Amino acid sequence: MKIKQISVFLENRKGRLWKALNVLSNAGVNIRALSIADTSEFGILRMIVPEPELAEEKLVENNFVVKVNDVIAVEVSDEPGGLDAVLGLLNNADVNVEYLYAFVEKKTNKAIVVIRTEDLNASIRVLEDGGVTILSTEEVNML
Amino acid sequence: MIWNEKAECMSVQEREELQLNRLQEVVKKAYDNVPYYHHRFDKEGVAPEDIQNLEDIEKLPFTSKNDLRDAYPFGMFAVPSDDIVEVHTSSGTTGKPTVSGYTEKDIDIWSEVMARALSMAGATRKDVIQNCYGYGLFTGGLGIHYGTQKVGATVIPISAGNTQRQIEIMQDFQSTIITCTPSYALYLAEVLEKEGINTRDLKLKAGVLGAEMWTEEMRNQIEQRLNISALNIYGLTEIIGPGVAQECEVKKGLHIFDDHFYPEIIDSSTLKTLPHGEKGELVLTTLTREGMPIIRFRTKDITALHQGTCKCGRTNIKMDRITGRSDDMLKIRGVIVYPSQIERALLKIPGMEPVYQIVITRPQQLDELEVHVETSPALFSDEVKHVEQVKKSIEKQIHDEIGLRVAVNLVEPESLPRSEGKAIRVVDKRNLN
Repeated sequence: MKIKQISVFLENRKGRLWKALNVLSNAGVNIRALSIADTSEFGILRMIVPEPELAEEKLVENNFVVKVNDVIAVEVSDEPGGLDAVLGLLNNADVNVEYLYAFVEKKTNKAIVVIRTEDLNASIRVLEDGGVTILSTEEVNML
Repeated sequence: MIWNEKAECMSVQEREELQLNRLQEVVKKAYDNVPYYHHRFDKEGVAPEDIQNLEDIEKLPFTSKNDLRDAYPFGMFAVPSDDIVEVHTSSGTTGKPTVSGYTEKDIDIWSEVMARALSMAGATRKDVIQNCYGYGLFTGGLGIHYGTQKVGATVIPISAGNTQRQIEIMQDFQSTIITCTPSYALYLAEVLEKEGINTRDLKLKAGVLGAEMWTEEMRNQIEQRLNISALNIYGLTEIIGPGVAQECEVKKGLHIFDDHFYPEIIDSSTLKTLPHGEKGELVLTTLTREGMPIIRFRTKDITALHQGTCKCGRTNIKMDRITGRSDDMLKIRGVIVYPSQIERALLKIPGMEPVYQIVITRPQQLDELEVHVETSPALFSDEVKHVEQVKKSIEKQIHDEIGLRVAVNLVEPESLPRSEGKAIRVVDKRNLN
């Protein structure tokens, strides 16, 4: 099961991250998860939001370059070794992880990890076979 | 030291007589032997006989770089190809290069003016001249070379590049004069400092520096750091190569060898000739060249002319150092670059918007070229490595197009400054004025 992630190109200068988040705030978009990849020259803001289409539309209107693509969200137990088990499965299956970011759920003792790999379909198979819970869009939005 | 006192110190009246005689001769030669000039003069309704005094030169049409390009390769030659003993070309980065053809006598003239130029830097038979200008179709290397031979100095034809070797040879061969671009001179200074070589242990006394725009501040730096006298040389392939003009030890303007090259300053927009002292575009006419006489060539270089006897004793007219170009041509590290080339490179990349801005800086001594490019959905990815690959591929395309390394900086859409709906393509922060 894949979920939608929205990525935004950010120039590495003052106020750009705020501007992007301000656009989403004005559109009433609530961000479920967020990470920023930063290089010396630019940044990539990656987010999981309930309405990626709306977020995209509003950001593009404000001259941001946006890309919506698929990622996987998995549930891991919020205890030592939780992420290790998930990554171990991918490693054994020789699947290369491009990036991941995690957030901790408030109500349960679970953490959610958003993963982007070279081959999402293969990753899903490997993780499901390994007994990892992969979250659907609805499940992520309910968090 | 004055190489040719007769030619370099003659009175204004004497010079003007000589110039008029030579102008009449060269105009007739061009009209009789170069079909391009024949047609052009006929079309403009002007004949060689119309040149009765020096001011009459204004009746003649200009020659542009495009005219020369259209005549590629040998259309501007005024002699049978048997009489051409050497050819050179301009870099030709924007398409066909322009060709310059020399007869034996032209090479003599070139050697003569270059001997005068090198003598201004103090070159004598005793000197060892390290010539770091590129040898080849580029006129820099061989032009300097001919001058050193004429002077009777020892030339080290080391050509450009390989700084370690340059330094080794400079120490071992005890070079006294170096010829290169001013930015390379500064780079050499930096490397020498890094290696802990004291310039006082070197024999260098002077530098003949040119092929790019530079400033007084750069001169001061070069002189202090290399412990030499740094002199400005000027020239163009279309006219002859280096040796059109050279700075004397007074360092207040470059003497144009005006018994061979007749200078005018025009207003680039009205094309009217401007009086001495006024800033405008330099226009040059070859007075003595046989192989390829050039009438009123628009150099696009901005300068002003000053008549009078120099403290050095020379009476050759002087021009200020070049402070700009009348068109959008950029010279970066001595290489000619047009904004349109950058555009062409960008358009080779699928999904690329040709919205860009060229920023030229000189953080230390070498020119740095930065190209800001507005990113687009086709270029963007959620993965850093993909965005970096895009950036590198743009850098490569531009490098392939202009031959210079550039740093591409991806910026957000609509973030580049625009004026009246048109992007400001070039920001030159080098402060050359």
